[in-house]
Amino acid sequence: MKHGKYPLIVTFLVPPLLLYVVFVVSPYLQAFQISTTDWLGYSAEANPVGLANFRAMWHDEYVWNALKNNAILLVVLPVLTIVFGLFFATMLSMGGRRGRAGVTGVRGSAFYRTVYFFPQVLSVVIIAALWKEVYQPNAGLLNGIMRAVGLPAPPWLGDPRFAFWCVLAVMVWANVGFYVVLFGAAMSAIPREIYEAVLLDGASRWATLRRITIPLLWDTVQVAWIYLAIAALDGFILVQLMTNGGPNFSSDVIGVRLYDTAFGSETKFGYASAIGVVMFFLTLSVAVLALRVGRRERIELS
Amino acid sequence: MNRRDILRRSAAAGLLATPAAGLLAGCATSGGGDKGGTEVYKGTKSEQNPLGVKEDAPLEVMIFNGGFGEDYAKAHEAMYTERYPKAKIKHSATQEIAKTLQPRFVDGTPPDVVNNSGKDQIDFNGLVSQNALADLGELLSAPSLDIPGKTVKETLLPGTVEVGSYDGTFLVMNYTYTVYGIWHSTKLFADRGWEYAKTWDEHIALCKKIKAAGIAPWTYAGKHPRYMSWPVISTAIKFGGPSVALAIDNLEPNAWKSDAMKAAADAWHQIVKDKFILDGTPGLDHVQSQTAWCQGKAAFISCGSWLENEQKSVTPAGFNMTVAPTPSLGSGDKLPFEAVRGTAGEPFMVPAKAKNVAGGLDYFRTMLSKKGAQDFTKKVASLTVVAGAAEGVELPFGLTTVVRALDASGTNGFNWVYNNYYRKLERNLVDAACGEFFSGRIGPAEFLDQCQKGADSIAQDSSIKKYKRAA
Repeated sequence: MKHGKYPLIVTFLVPPLLLYVVFVVSPYLQAFQISTTDWLGYSAEANPVGLANFRAMWHDEYVWNALKNNAILLVVLPVLTIVFGLFFATMLSMGGRRGRAGVTGVRGSAFYRTVYFFPQVLSVVIIAALWKEVYQPNAGLLNGIMRAVGLPAPPWLGDPRFAFWCVLAVMVWANVGFYVVLFGAAMSAIPREIYEAVLLDGASRWATLRRITIPLLWDTVQVAWIYLAIAALDGFILVQLMTNGGPNFSSDVIGVRLYDTAFGSETKFGYASAIGVVMFFLTLSVAVLALRVGRRERIELS
Repeated sequence: MNRRDILRRSAAAGLLATPAAGLLAGCATSGGGDKGGTEVYKGTKSEQNPLGVKEDAPLEVMIFNGGFGEDYAKAHEAMYTERYPKAKIKHSATQEIAKTLQPRFVDGTPPDVVNNSGKDQIDFNGLVSQNALADLGELLSAPSLDIPGKTVKETLLPGTVEVGSYDGTFLVMNYTYTVYGIWHSTKLFADRGWEYAKTWDEHIALCKKIKAAGIAPWTYAGKHPRYMSWPVISTAIKFGGPSVALAIDNLEPNAWKSDAMKAAADAWHQIVKDKFILDGTPGLDHVQSQTAWCQGKAAFISCGSWLENEQKSVTPAGFNMTVAPTPSLGSGDKLPFEAVRGTAGEPFMVPAKAKNVAGGLDYFRTMLSKKGAQDFTKKVASLTVVAGAAEGVELPFGLTTVVRALDASGTNGFNWVYNNYYRKLERNLVDAACGEFFSGRIGPAEFLDQCQKGADSIAQDSSIKKYKRAA
C-alpha cells in the first residue's frame, strides 16, 4: 500500500461514516430499544416492558387492517406502475410508424415524456391537495365528467368501497412518469442493430417487445420493483393528506397507524416504535425477497 | 506511518466524535430529564405580585398559529412586559405543536407557556399521565388583575375549571368559550319564510319543506364525521339529563347505549333515511362542507362557534349565520330547548418543568384580565372564558347570536369531556362510527354498538390512564 493513502481514506471515510452512525444507525437502534418500553413521549420516564408492545400489536385489529391494505398496495402498485411505465416507454421509444418501423417513438414523444414526468416535479403534498379537489364529490373534476356522461357521482374519498383505490390510483399516477423516463433511458441503451436483425427476421412488434426489449430491460425492471415495493409499504403522505386512513379505517396504512399512535390520537411512543420496528423488518424482507425472486442470469449484449 | 501521525489522527477523530457523543446524549433515551429542573425563577410574593414572579425572569411563550393567528398573543405579551419591563419575552408560533415540543419535554426544557391546540396538539391524557403539566390552582385563587374584589376563579364562566381539571387538579387553562350548536342563515330562512324548529317532529317537517324547495336540509364535515356526534349527544343529554354525559365521560358500561342515546340516535337516523343530507357530503372535508353551506346548498350544519371566523373569507355579505340549540325530542325532555352545549376551549398550559412557572401563571392572569380578554375578542371575534368581558365590544353577527344563545341557556348549559380525557375515542372510534351512521351504511343500533365497543376498548386498555369526574 502506498504511504499517503491513509490520510485520504480517513478524511473521506471517517466523517461520513460517523455522520451515518449518528443520524441513521443510532435512531434505528434507539427505535428498537424504545419499542420495548412503555414510553409515552413527553417525559424522560420509560419502563421496560419486554415484548408487550409486540404482543399488543398482534391483537390490534387496526394494525392488521392497515397491514392488509399495505399488502394490497404491495401487489398492485408495482404491477400497475411497471406495466404502465413499460407501455408508455415502449410507445415513446419504439411505437412510431415512420422510417424503419418499430424503432422510433410516436409523434410528439418528447412532449409526452415531459407530460408523464410532470407529477415527479410536484411535491407530494401538492399532488394530494390537487387530487383531493379532483375527487371532491360535488364540484370536483371527476364527478363533473361522470355526470356529463350520465354516470352516478359517488363521494369518492368518503366511501369506504372506493377511498383506498382512489388513493392507489393517485400513487400510480404520481409514480409512472419516473419509470417511463427510467425505462426509456434503458431502452435507448439497447443497440439498434439487434432490432434491425429481428425485424429482418420478420418478428412482430409484440414478439420484439416480449423477447428482446423486456429481457434486456430486466435489471432496470427489478430495481423498479424493489423501489416500488418499498414505496408500497409506506404510502404514508398521500393517505394521510387525502383520507387520513378513513372513512372507517378503509384506507389506513401502517405508516398512518404509526403516526397516529405517536402524534395523532394518542401519545404512545413505545407502541409506535414497535410498529416502526415491524415496518423495518417487513420492508427489509420485501427487499430481500424481491432481489431473490427477480434474480436471473444477466443477458450479455456482446 | 509513525507514532506521531497516529496520535495526530486519533486526536482528529476525537474532535469529530465529541459533538456526536453530545448529540447522542441529547437524545430520547439518555434520561436527562431533570436538567431543566435545577434552575427555577422565583420572586417574592407581594400584593402587587401574588404569584411571586421574578421580575427580570425571561418568559417563553409558544402559540399555536391557527385560526386565531398569533397577534393576540403578542398583545398579551406586551401587557405582561408593561408590568414586568425587565422580563424578556421569547415568542414563537407553530402549527405543529406536538412535533416541535416533544423533544423539549423529554429534555426537560419546555417553554413556559404553551397553547396546545390544533390538529397536531399533544394528547392531554399523555401529558397529564406523565405529570408534565404544572398545577394552575394558585392562579385561580389569585386576585383578578383588573376586576376589583374578585379572584381569577370568580371571573370565569361556569365549566371553565371543570374542563381543565383532571381528577380534581386544574391543569389546563382553556381560554375561549365555545358554543356548539346547529347553524343556519337567518337571511335564507327569512327569504323563504321558514322558522327554526324547536322540536324534532317540527324539525323533520321543516327539512321536508327545505328539500321540496330544492335545497339540501343538512350537510356535515364528511371526513371529520365526529362533528355530527355533537348534536346526537346533545339531543340525548337534553332528553335524559346531564347524567347521560357523566356516564360517557366516566366510561361506564353501556353508557353509549342508554335509553337517551337510543332515542337520540333513532331520531337522527331520520335525516339519513329521508335523504335530508346533501349528496356527496361524506366526501367533503370540514372546509368544503362549510363552504357548500355558505353557498346556500344546504340549510343546516353542526359546528362550534369558531365557524364564523373560519368562514370569514367565503361568507356572502348579509348571510347572517346564526347558532341554535338542538331541537327537543319531546315534552319529556329533562332540559329545556334553550339548553346549549358550551365549553371552554383553546387550551393553554404551563409545563411542570418550565423554568418560569410563576411567570406562566401570571401571563395567564394577564390573559384573563378584562383588558386582555376584550382585546382577544376584538382581534379574533371569539368569546373568552372571562364572564362579561365581551360587553361593550362590537361583535360580528354570528357571535352576537352565540352570546344570545348562551344567555338563554343560562344554568341549563351542559358539556362533556370524554374527548379531552380520551382523544382517541372521539377522534378515531366515535368518528368512524359517525361516518358509517350518517352515510347510511349502518343503523342507529349498530352505531351505538360501535361507539360502545370503542369506549370499552379504551376502558380495557391498561396503558391509558382513566379519569373520573363527579357531576
